[in-house]
Amino acid sequence: MTGAARLSAQGVRVGYGDAVVVGGTDGLDLDVVDGTVTAVIGPNGCGKSTLLRTLARLLVPRHGHVLLDGRRLDAVPSREVATVLGVLPQDPTAPEGIRVADLVARGRHPHQRWFRQWSADDEAAVAEALAWTDMTGFAERTLDTLSGGQRQRVWISMALAQGTDVLLLDEPTTFLDLAHQVDVLELVGRLHRERGRTVVMVLHDLNLAARYAGRLVAMRDGEVAAVGTPHEVLTEDTVRDVFGLDARVVDDPVAGTPMVVPIGRHRPATGRTPVITGVTEDAPG
Amino acid sequence: MGTTVVGRLAPPVRRRSRPWLALGLGLGALAVVVVLSIAVGASPTTPGQVWDALVAPTGAPSDVVVRELRLPRTLLGILVGAALGVAGVLMQGHTRNPLADPGLLGISGGAAFCVVLSTTVLGVTDVFGYVWFAFAGAALAALLVFTLGAASRGGPTPVTLALAGLAVSELLLALTSAMVLGEGPSLDAYRFWAAGALDDRGAALTLQVLPFVLLGLVLAIANVRALDVLALGEDSARGLGQDVTRARLVGLVAVTLLTGASVAVAGPIGFVGLVAPHVVRSLVGPAHGRLIPLAALVGAVLVLAADVVGRLVVRPAELAVGIVLGIVGAPFFVALIRRRMVKL
Repeated sequence: MTGAARLSAQGVRVGYGDAVVVGGTDGLDLDVVDGTVTAVIGPNGCGKSTLLRTLARLLVPRHGHVLLDGRRLDAVPSREVATVLGVLPQDPTAPEGIRVADLVARGRHPHQRWFRQWSADDEAAVAEALAWTDMTGFAERTLDTLSGGQRQRVWISMALAQGTDVLLLDEPTTFLDLAHQVDVLELVGRLHRERGRTVVMVLHDLNLAARYAGRLVAMRDGEVAAVGTPHEVLTEDTVRDVFGLDARVVDDPVAGTPMVVPIGRHRPATGRTPVITGVTEDAPG
Repeated sequence: MGTTVVGRLAPPVRRRSRPWLALGLGLGALAVVVVLSIAVGASPTTPGQVWDALVAPTGAPSDVVVRELRLPRTLLGILVGAALGVAGVLMQGHTRNPLADPGLLGISGGAAFCVVLSTTVLGVTDVFGYVWFAFAGAALAALLVFTLGAASRGGPTPVTLALAGLAVSELLLALTSAMVLGEGPSLDAYRFWAAGALDDRGAALTLQVLPFVLLGLVLAIANVRALDVLALGEDSARGLGQDVTRARLVGLVAVTLLTGASVAVAGPIGFVGLVAPHVVRSLVGPAHGRLIPLAALVGAVLVLAADVVGRLVVRPAELAVGIVLGIVGAPFFVALIRRRMVKL
């Protein structure tokens, strides 16, 4: 594997109860390339979130281990990990009536001690995180009064205030409409470009993943099926292997990244004749 | 572009005015109920007599009533109320369950059961003896409820915890009743104690449980920052570097100390742990650094106010604090559930 990796999984096997969800055959290896946005993709139940949660030390692997800066994750105090590695869970909850600024301030938790309470550094980090996500104007609002997209910005602000070099996001775009999905992913892209953060995120939408991630990890049945740039991973063969979906892969007309177009069976009567090469059955009339 | 401008005009990130207002209101209310608690009771006393008793006692009957009955009783009420209010915040915080309360989740029931067990079976008579049984009972009930609640699919949710708490409470109540009904002489004392009452138990009692309550309060304050991140869910708390198990343990010990101590001296008093945190939260929001001290204050006010009311309504007899609070607390509980159901 090329490139430095501060965070990596070494032969991890993870499961719940009797079922092994990730790394069933001989453990899963993965290097998270520094300073890159990595998207983990794959069908439902393939172990994407399980892998992310393992990298985030929310799950403890049965075999193998996760390395952070050359040390085993379970050997480093959790608070110390939290200054390097930030996590945004899939469905974070907030107490009723919490103000945006107070929620973002909780991102400073790992930097505080009982003898070192709220400081000017913390204040500055919160203000900057809010400004960076354009949420400063909402600082005094309560979270319940915001839209889904705004809330996700607040959660990202919290992760930013934590000030970690590595950020793990578990499906940051779920429950958002397309415009807000793009909005959140633009934010993630800026994190990488302007801040040099390393981001790993689980995404469902392949086209958005290809657009916003420099590196894709495709998973199937708890194993890594393909790793590489979007062009390397999102091929028609891989999509068929991993998702069991026949699709054309064309270049995204806007960004030039690969775009997956499912073939399916249904053809609406548009009056246009689509050009589908390589598919003989079910040709449109 | 617009948002940037708004950002510059926005007020400072943190604002601190309302907590002080709430603190002022709380202290004012406490002062009022303390005065009432010292001045009002079954035997009529004039304000002059009360004043004399406090500043220049001569040994008159009214002096004895004020100094040896009402003053200790007031202090005990403050202690018990503060303990229960804080225990409620801790339980609601750790379970992320707005309905959690030492009474509803069976913690008080566990403490009461073990106290009765110690007095009827083992013949323990003084508080210093049975306070340990109260702690043991509270801790066991807490563990039982959490284990039951967590054993259900999907882990401990507000509903599974409430149901487990209800089941454990009912079971312990039945066992406690069975034990007491078999023992003729202890029945009267039990009836009074089980209703949740402050009485003329003397200053010595307050002093005996004071260290336990103080330790519980210190642990609760030590738990503040952990509770704040646990409010974001366990995953977020872990991600922020919080040792969740340790935080839970500190919380469990604190709840056990606070509930056990208050049950030992005043019997199982319900609803304070439910109501106080909600009142405070509606005033100052969900930050535990504010919730805990203010819930202590509001808890003390609630218990003292209920005690004063209990002394007045059936004069010259008394209605136990627990009964008064039950009458006030039950509608509050219903209102709370209705409000939440409407929101869901």
